[in-house]
Amino acid sequence: MIDTALLFEQLFNGVQYGMLLFLLAAGLTLVFGIMDLMNLAHGSLYMMGAYIAASATQFFDSFLLGIVVALPATLLLGIIVEILVLRRLYSRGHLDQVLATFGMILFFNELVRLIWGPAGIEVALPPVMNQALEIFGVPLPIYRMVVIGVGLLVAAFLYVLVVKTRTGMLIRAGASNREMVGALGVDIKKVFTLVFGLGAALAALAGVLAGPIFAATIGMGENILIQVLVVIVIGGIGSIRGAFVGALLIGVMEILGRSFLDVFFELFLPVNAAETAAPAVASMLIYILMAGVLFFRPQGLFPARTG
Amino acid sequence: MANRPQIFIVLAIFLALAFVPAIAEWTEVPFYADFGRRMMILSIGALSLNLIMGYGGMISFGHAAFVGIGAYTIGICAEHELVDGFIQWPLALVVSALFALVFGAISLRTRGVYFIMITLALAQMMYFLGVSLDRYGGDDGLPLVEPSYFADLIDLSDKTNLYWLVYVLLILCLWISHRMVNSRFGMVIQGARSNEARMEAIGYPTFRYKLTAFVIAGMMAGLSGILLANHTDFVNPDMMHWTRSGDLIIMVLLGGMGSLAGPIVGAVAFLVLEELLAGVTEYWQLIFGPFLILVVLFARGGLLGFFDRKDS
Amino acid sequence: MAKPLLKVENLRKSFGGVSATDNLNLDVEPLGIHAVIGPNGAGKTTLISQLSGALKPDSGRILFDGRDITTLPAPARSALGLARTFQITSIFHEFTTLDNVALAVQAHDGHSFRFWRAARGEARLREPAREALDLVGLGARADVTARDMSHGEHRQLEIAMALAGKPTMLLLDEPMAGMGPEESRLMVDILKGLKGKLTILLIEHDMDAVFALADRITVLVYGRAIASGTVDEIRANPEVRTAYLGEEESV
Repeated sequence: MIDTALLFEQLFNGVQYGMLLFLLAAGLTLVFGIMDLMNLAHGSLYMMGAYIAASATQFFDSFLLGIVVALPATLLLGIIVEILVLRRLYSRGHLDQVLATFGMILFFNELVRLIWGPAGIEVALPPVMNQALEIFGVPLPIYRMVVIGVGLLVAAFLYVLVVKTRTGMLIRAGASNREMVGALGVDIKKVFTLVFGLGAALAALAGVLAGPIFAATIGMGENILIQVLVVIVIGGIGSIRGAFVGALLIGVMEILGRSFLDVFFELFLPVNAAETAAPAVASMLIYILMAGVLFFRPQGLFPARTG
Repeated sequence: MANRPQIFIVLAIFLALAFVPAIAEWTEVPFYADFGRRMMILSIGALSLNLIMGYGGMISFGHAAFVGIGAYTIGICAEHELVDGFIQWPLALVVSALFALVFGAISLRTRGVYFIMITLALAQMMYFLGVSLDRYGGDDGLPLVEPSYFADLIDLSDKTNLYWLVYVLLILCLWISHRMVNSRFGMVIQGARSNEARMEAIGYPTFRYKLTAFVIAGMMAGLSGILLANHTDFVNPDMMHWTRSGDLIIMVLLGGMGSLAGPIVGAVAFLVLEELLAGVTEYWQLIFGPFLILVVLFARGGLLGFFDRKDS
Repeated sequence: MAKPLLKVENLRKSFGGVSATDNLNLDVEPLGIHAVIGPNGAGKTTLISQLSGALKPDSGRILFDGRDITTLPAPARSALGLARTFQITSIFHEFTTLDNVALAVQAHDGHSFRFWRAARGEARLREPAREALDLVGLGARADVTARDMSHGEHRQLEIAMALAGKPTMLLLDEPMAGMGPEESRLMVDILKGLKGKLTILLIEHDMDAVFALADRITVLVYGRAIASGTVDEIRANPEVRTAYLGEEESV
């Protein structure tokens, strides 16, 4: 049967993974929803955040300094990218945006390969982070708790920003009906810059946090981006609440699926079949979920768009 | 649809391609024939994408999945000792069509950004499926035990025969595309891209037509996959990776969207560019990436000069 | 009075808290021009969208030729003979004028799962299309790309496309929108020519046109019909005068 300790641990890991997805999804869903910009290079910023943090950590021999350097550096990179390329794409069709940002992905992957080599970098954590705290008898790494903590903090921050402030109201209005906001005389460019900056910062943060867990590798941006897209599709474009719910759902499903699907299958399939089918189906789970959600609600669970 | 310079370019390409096997043999560089064959096979893939994207406005970021599905059907058949081409090939086409039917039915319920993302996600799902199927090679891929067998009709173990078969099939696909695009069906697809609300208002239930186009395009991509499998004697999940779908989109863009033979020009340009750049530097994507961005930003019409339109 | 071709019963539609269509009842007799007028925001385009099937009402019924079409999707209503035009021109910009109308003809000529024969070569589609173009006065502009035409010609094309399917009833949403006086006069002539050939529901702001064309008028304010009758009845109606026409005697 299922080891409840392992179940709890994987649930915890699923929530932690979900938090990373949320950081990425929140930024991306706002950029999609408000700026109508299909930015595939969002994952590249995530990757750059991870690599810069890894390098900085090695250079300063301090994870903390690594973060302090990597976050603004990556944000700056994002701003440069926005000025040079993304800005010109706002008025273009989605195909143009997809292709241009695809070109950026190719460029950044190759750039990383050039600077850091093909192998990827492990990020060393300070020893205190590597320790584990026992919760319900299960040892859980402190670092992953930190990640969950950061995710919840960001969620709370975004909630306050979007629901309680005037800026947030503009963001919500923009996600709901972009043209109307412009027609009301709001300087839409300022809102765009703010939103993009927020998204870039969140991507950088996610990258920095992910480094110690996944190691910085080429193409890590795209791998997670696909799942982030699924999160956004399920959650509803432009909705942070949707991003949060979707991210947790996908995160937990992905981790639990990989860990326990074979056990589940063994309940009613012969062991051999279960062993073969489980990894295959596990990799398809989140897409099946996506297809299911879309079938009943093509706009996602919490659609923000009305206009 | 096509004007003088375009027709000329396309004819020139076909003429050049006709001479390639002879040149390859004469210079004793089989790579030329391989390269030419690959260009034609990918052209068929790009052609199929153009049907739904260029003419139909459906930006599918998962089209490579159907190429992979066609290829894997051949590979899996061969793995199970089913090498009769007369069975393999129709089977692969049917399987591609079925997947396209299911994926299309799911994806076409959405529009715009959603559609792009869902097609991307579904295709990537196929990629992961391929990777996880250890029985069929998983990540490493599956070598093709022997090429499709067509009895005395044609011997595909001779790659030159395959070359000419692909050549003929490419022309056939081009011709079918031509007829389809200008038929009543083609008019509906183009109308749906141009103004779907109006299409519904004047009486077209557009979903069934778009789905049909999606299935046909999926089948043609499957054909591309069948040929690819026989070309490389190998199938692997990478054929279905979303970056391959991106490659197809780039080919259609480079050739000029909504022009019939543009994808062929685009495929040729893409592969030639890839070869040239790879020769210059190991880090060729460092140049290709920005090049693509520049093309998108400033050469909107691609090499054959048509217009891209903002989709819904 | 003849049995109404189009009957609207207790139609309701609201967006958020706003009631766009508020318990609307409307009868349109066959072969007349029935105009619907009202101030901006009265819910006129919302009404046409519900009648054509582009928008689903919250409650109420729509009967066309005795048949309940309330839940029928737009393409099906078009097949039954109910055609609409759009207030904001909605055509196929990259196609020629003739292509535009031929596409509308094609919609009413069976299914379009024909993959081989060139549609542009089919006289079955091209002939009726040319007829429709002639009816609206665009006969000479058949081979011009739609994008390259003037706004007035676009409005004419709108009508041609609706006529192409040989409908029994036309829903016209401000056909004269954005037109100057000369173009408007042309449009009025076109519509006068259609009188008696099919039934028309006309939404318009241009009061000269309305009074010149309409057999009956319904006045819509905040989604409700506050008055319905002949041109003279409406002109004389005091409620209408205050709500919409203003208090000038000269109207």
